[in-house]
Parts: sequence; structure tokens; C-alpha cells
Amino acid sequence: MSHIRKCLDRIHPYFARGGPYEKFYALYEMVDTFLYTPADVTRNAPHVRDAIDLKRVMSYVVVATLPCIFMALWNTGYQANMAMAALDIDSVPGWRGWILDGLNVGHDPQSLYANCVHGLLYFLPLYIVTIVVGGLWEVLFAAVRNHEVNEGFLVTSMLFTLTLPPDIPLWMVALGISFGVVIGKEVFGGTGKNFLNPALTGRAFLFFAYPAEMSGDAVWTAVDGFSGATPLGLAALGGVEAITGSGVTLMQSFLGSIQGSIGSTSTLACLFGAVFLIYTRIASFRIIFGVFLGMFFMSSFFNLVGSDTNPMFGMPWYWHLSLGGFAFGMVYMATDPVSAAMTNMGRWIFGGLIGVMTVLIRVVNPAFPEGIMLAILFANIFAPLIDYFVVQVDIARRKRGYARAG
Amino acid sequence: MEHLSSIFVASIFTENLALAYFLGMCTFLAVSKKISTAIGLGAAVIVVQAITVPANNLIYQFILREGALAWAGLPDVDLGFLGLISYIGVIAAIVQILEMVLDRYFPALYNALGIFLPLITVNCAILGGTLFMAERDYNFMESVTYGLGSGVGWALAITALAGIREKLKYSDVPDGLQGLGITFITAGLMSLGFMAFSGIQL
Repeated sequence: MSHIRKCLDRIHPYFARGGPYEKFYALYEMVDTFLYTPADVTRNAPHVRDAIDLKRVMSYVVVATLPCIFMALWNTGYQANMAMAALDIDSVPGWRGWILDGLNVGHDPQSLYANCVHGLLYFLPLYIVTIVVGGLWEVLFAAVRNHEVNEGFLVTSMLFTLTLPPDIPLWMVALGISFGVVIGKEVFGGTGKNFLNPALTGRAFLFFAYPAEMSGDAVWTAVDGFSGATPLGLAALGGVEAITGSGVTLMQSFLGSIQGSIGSTSTLACLFGAVFLIYTRIASFRIIFGVFLGMFFMSSFFNLVGSDTNPMFGMPWYWHLSLGGFAFGMVYMATDPVSAAMTNMGRWIFGGLIGVMTVLIRVVNPAFPEGIMLAILFANIFAPLIDYFVVQVDIARRKRGYARAG
Repeated sequence: MEHLSSIFVASIFTENLALAYFLGMCTFLAVSKKISTAIGLGAAVIVVQAITVPANNLIYQFILREGALAWAGLPDVDLGFLGLISYIGVIAAIVQILEMVLDRYFPALYNALGIFLPLITVNCAILGGTLFMAERDYNFMESVTYGLGSGVGWALAITALAGIREKLKYSDVPDGLQGLGITFITAGLMSLGFMAFSGIQL
């Protein structure tokens, strides 16, 4: 390891102020602090000490998405192989087929290896485009504006990739992450200064700009000519019966072997991530439970009210939990410490608002089958206001306390 | 009753005057630096909207609409072309009267609303609310609900924007975008979040 340190120290003068590459100091700093904890210390007050710094927090979140990444690989391949078996296709067109044949992987949906390799061939292009394009913007802004490239971008790009449908054209991926990084984050000054979750901003931009490619029936499985509605899309038409009628069980949707966005189908994988994030105290458990309680309350309310015309009214909370991107949004998106509420009480309210809004959009709004993305953006808008009122209530309560004491 | 409540909810969220129709932008962008002021302005808009929309509704239903003058024995007269000027006149007059009444009987409220009341006279969200009412041909109860709801929606939007702008004080916005520029982007992103409601049929 000390070799790398020495090498970094040797090239440091080239990037420092006055060196020939001072414009690229952001890049140097990024590599340096990613590998080593910086030795810089604060010289003036206030001094805040913590065992974990921002970069490590962000790396932990990426670690927490590992179960979802694994499910993304396996499930994308599984869905594709299943569809190929159903349509009786035995080779994949283009470069993917070339690699699959070259490695002699086969297309057996029962084989873990074949599924993961097949899924990897869809996941990697999306992720590479996201990282390269988003990273370019990030470095550009860092170099021009003299701030640091932040690991928060690794989180943004990973979360953004995991919410995409597998069949999306790559130029759209580039466009989406550009919008998310530039308009969602960098125009406000970078990590920690934005008010919307950048990954979701990019995803929502694509959703509204290219509805045909981002929703509908044909995009969710990476096989040409295969068309199948996601379980949530089915439910919007026929309720839970339509889902079970199509052969999807509650267990399947909980484990994640259903069609959907590339990495957010598995509730189980997200729960693993949730345990890790709560245990390391990176995500606020208040937000996660708030979202869950809001969803539980709202779906139970709709169950009680009932409706003759809208079958979504009857969908129980455990289906809401396991379908679509609900768990993914609850664990990884809603807990973004920058765009969420910052007071403890505010976090409960913020989470509850997301849960309520998600079910509301899923059930009442026929235009969108999935609601968690827009619900989180909506709650992001109101997060500062929630904090403001929580603080005001606190101030008023303390004033009363002092009045009594005096 | 269900019909009225759906008009109310739709006017707050789905058809939010500020974030779905971008009406009242001048005050929306200019008077949203502090949450407390935004709440004051929002309250003033709610009050004015809840009074002027029903008042204009009466004028529309009984004087201006085609055939509205049947009660005076003139069933063929259509005074619709006088709509804009009558509505804006009514709004200006009502705001003036309201200001005097508040000054005389509720000085605390008058001081809280302060400069905002006269400012609201020229707020296009107020006129917009009235024009929507006329276009949709609301009856009196519907117009009361719509006036109240659209006012609440606008107030909600400006308070949320003020909250975000108080948070953005700690941001590091590029020089060229500081001030109004970043506020425009913020308003646009907010309306992206409000798209959650588009398509809801109540």
C-alpha cells in the first residue's frame, strides 16, 4: 500500500497550486482521498470529531446496495432467459450474444451463473454510461468551481442505474444522469447543497420526457419482441387478482424474481440493505419506519373504504410493500440525508408523507402505476418546511417551559 | 358534497395555480425569501381568493354570461366581452374595502398582511382563479370551494418555496445563477414534484 502513497505524494506537486496540472487537482484529490484518509485537520473552531467522514458514509451506502446489485444481475438475466425460453429464441443478437456464446454460458433460466452473466451484460453498459457521463460533469464542475469531487456521486450513479429499466437506450441514460447531476445537484453547489435527490431527479426527468421508453409493457424485460406488464401495471387494471392470475406469487414479488426496474424489484435485498444502513446509523430508522407506517396506514384506510370501480383500493399493505420500487425507495432514496428532513420529529413526518403519497398515487392516480419516486420528490419539496415547523413548535414549547420556571 | 370536495382537492394539488399553471409568478418568486413573510402573503391570497372568486361568480352568473340578463327582460344580451375589465375592477375594489375593514376592526391582522394586500390586486393568480371559474361555468357553491382551494394551493406552494430558499441560503450557487436564476430552477423542480398529481381524475 505504501507504494501507492509514495506514488501519490510524488505526483502531488504537479497538481498543487502553481503546478502544470493544477486545473486537474480535483481529480488528484478524488483518487487520493478515496484511497487514504486525508491528513488535513481543521485549524479553527468548531472542531467536530467523528469516526466516520462523508466519504466513508457514501462508500457505506454503496456497500449497502450490494444485495440489490446482485439481485439486479440475477433477475435481469433470469427474466431475459425466461422470456427467451417462452418465445423459443436460443441466441441473443449483437455483442451480448457474441460474448455469451464465446463464454459458452447458455441460456438456462435455472442456472445462477447463466442468469448472472446475462444480467451483467445489461447492467454493465448502463452503469458504465452513468459513471462516465455523470463523472464527467462532476469533474468538470469540480475543476471549474474549485471544489472536491465527492463520493456522493458514486451513490447517485449506483442508485440511478438500479432504478432504470433494462432495455433503455444508452443515450437516454446519459441524458438522465446529466440532468440529475447538473440541474439536480451541481447548480446548487454540489453534494449537501441540493434539495432534491439527484438520482430521483434524473429518473423523474426521463420518466416525463420519454414516457414511451420508461413505462408501458415492452421495456421491462431485455428481450426484443417480449412484452409483459409489470405486476403493478397489472394491479392498476385488476387488483391483486390480476397479479396472482398472471402467476406471480407474493413470495416471488418479495424475493424479487418479477419484472421491473433493473435493481429495485427485490424487497428482501432492500431489507438486507436497510439492516446494514440502520446498524451503521447511516440511514435514519425514523424515515424508514415513517415511510412504512405511512404506507401501512394509507393502504389499510383504502382497504376499509373499498371501491367498486377501482380494484387498487383492495390491495393490502404487504403487496404494496413487496411490489415495485417501494422498498428500494424507502431504504435508499428516502433516507438521503441531504434532501430529507433533518429534525428527528421531522423525519417521522417526512417518512409518513412519503408512505401516504406513494399509496395515494398508486391507488388514485391512473396515470402512474408506480408512486414512490414522485412521492419522495414531493416530500423533498416539503422537507425544509417540515423542519421549520418542528423547530417553531420546539421554540414555543421551551418558551412556555421557561415562563413556568420563571 | 363529494363533487365539492374533489374540486377542493384538485384546485390545491392537481391544478395548483403556481406549480401547474405558473400563475402569480412575480410575487411567487419575489416574496419567497422568508417563510414567515411567505405565510403572510399566502394567508392574504387565501382570503382574497375566497372572496373575489365567489363575488365574480355572482357577477358572471347574473350579469355577464350569455342570457344572464333574462331576469331584467333582456334574454339575448351577452356581456361576456366585459369580463376582464369587470373582474379586475371587482378584485381591486374588494381588496381596497378589505384593507379598510381590516385596518379598522382587525389591526393586528392588517399589520401582519401589511403591504401584501394591495400587492395582491395585480397578482395574476387572483385574476386567473376568476377566469378559470368563468371558463368552467361553476355555480356559486363550486366557486366558493374553488376560490378557497386555489388560494390554499398557491399559499402551500409559496411557503414550500420559501422553505427551500431558506435552506438554499447555505448553498454555493454559481455566480451567474444567483438570485432569480436559481429560484426559477427551484420552481421548475418543485413543479416536477407536483407532477405526482397530474392525471388524477377526481
